[in-house]
Amino acid sequence: MLAIQATGADIMTIEGVAPEGAPLHPLQAAFREHHGLQCGYCTPGMIMSALDLIDQNPDPSDLEIREWLEGNLCRCTGYDNIVTAVKAGAATMRTDG
Amino acid sequence: MYDFTYHRPNSVEEAKCILMENEDAKILAGGMTLLPTMKLRLASPTDLVDLSNIKTLYGLRDSGQFLDIAAMTTHAEIAGSDLVNKEIPALADLARRIGDAQVRNRGTIGGSLSNSDPSADYPAAVLGLDAVIKTDRRQIRSDEFYVNLFETALSTNEIVESIQFRKPESAAYAKFPNPASRYAIVGVMVSELDKNIRVAVTGAGPCAFRSALLEAALSEDMSPGALDGLTIDADDFNEDLFASAEYRAHLVIAMAKRAVAEIVSGRGRDSG
Repeated sequence: MLAIQATGADIMTIEGVAPEGAPLHPLQAAFREHHGLQCGYCTPGMIMSALDLIDQNPDPSDLEIREWLEGNLCRCTGYDNIVTAVKAGAATMRTDG
Repeated sequence: MYDFTYHRPNSVEEAKCILMENEDAKILAGGMTLLPTMKLRLASPTDLVDLSNIKTLYGLRDSGQFLDIAAMTTHAEIAGSDLVNKEIPALADLARRIGDAQVRNRGTIGGSLSNSDPSADYPAAVLGLDAVIKTDRRQIRSDEFYVNLFETALSTNEIVESIQFRKPESAAYAKFPNPASRYAIVGVMVSELDKNIRVAVTGAGPCAFRSALLEAALSEDMSPGALDGLTIDADDFNEDLFASAEYRAHLVIAMAKRAVAEIVSGRGRDSG
């Protein structure tokens, strides 16, 4: 989309997921714990997309995670660790409420 | 991108005025095709008329026999709508399988129809469910809407306002997706509307079309076996890196069988 189309909208970026200096968001922590990133280039997109998925579907299956993250390309991890990280992050978010 | 002027009108009337005043203006809906085309410098409109602020182009309305979907409704909204999932689950299922989440969040049904990409999914639904396309100046039956590759019956600057779908007795959509883009290499919508069988095909030809051959066979016998031994003429079919014309012709039968199997098994039954 064009940046001008977002006029008047609230925009959440990866920087807003956990305030600076605060502990990582559970999903960010899960990416670190499960080696869901290597170079980190794709990670903001992966995390923002996965947060939307978990918002709509708090307990997604492997297939649902893979389908949802389509369009986000990762050239490091081979995706398996990302799926593991999203599952683990979603589980923590469910228990933390 | 080349420079252009961006407009965001608040009404269809206002949009029409801007379009009339600027000869090389283009209508912007979700922008999932137009913006990448502009970034590649394959299109260079002088003006973009963004429809996103026009409130009358949003929403879904149930009017008994029909379901009206406004043109700026996104694929994600259609996929997630309780109303669509209850009344025409095959349409929600089709929307759920378009592109990726980012595309589904931005892309609109009106934009997709107007573009008439040969591999888009919605054309199969519009033809297969005998929809009526309502524009700022008239109503167009689905059978008259698709003309050719990227060509519809829409006139220059005609604005699609909503799409009226008939609620079928049953319907199912089967597609063989390109594994990277999720565009339909071939997609087939089969429906039963007032006891009539409709079979609409996308991805195979220059634009979506109905298959009289398959409709006749299924009217005799609504079962996957009824399509055994039939062959689809591959003349004029699309050919690319992913599939030959002959392979696409083969896929039309294969996808039609899958859709029929889904209907017969009851999963495509729209009443329940």
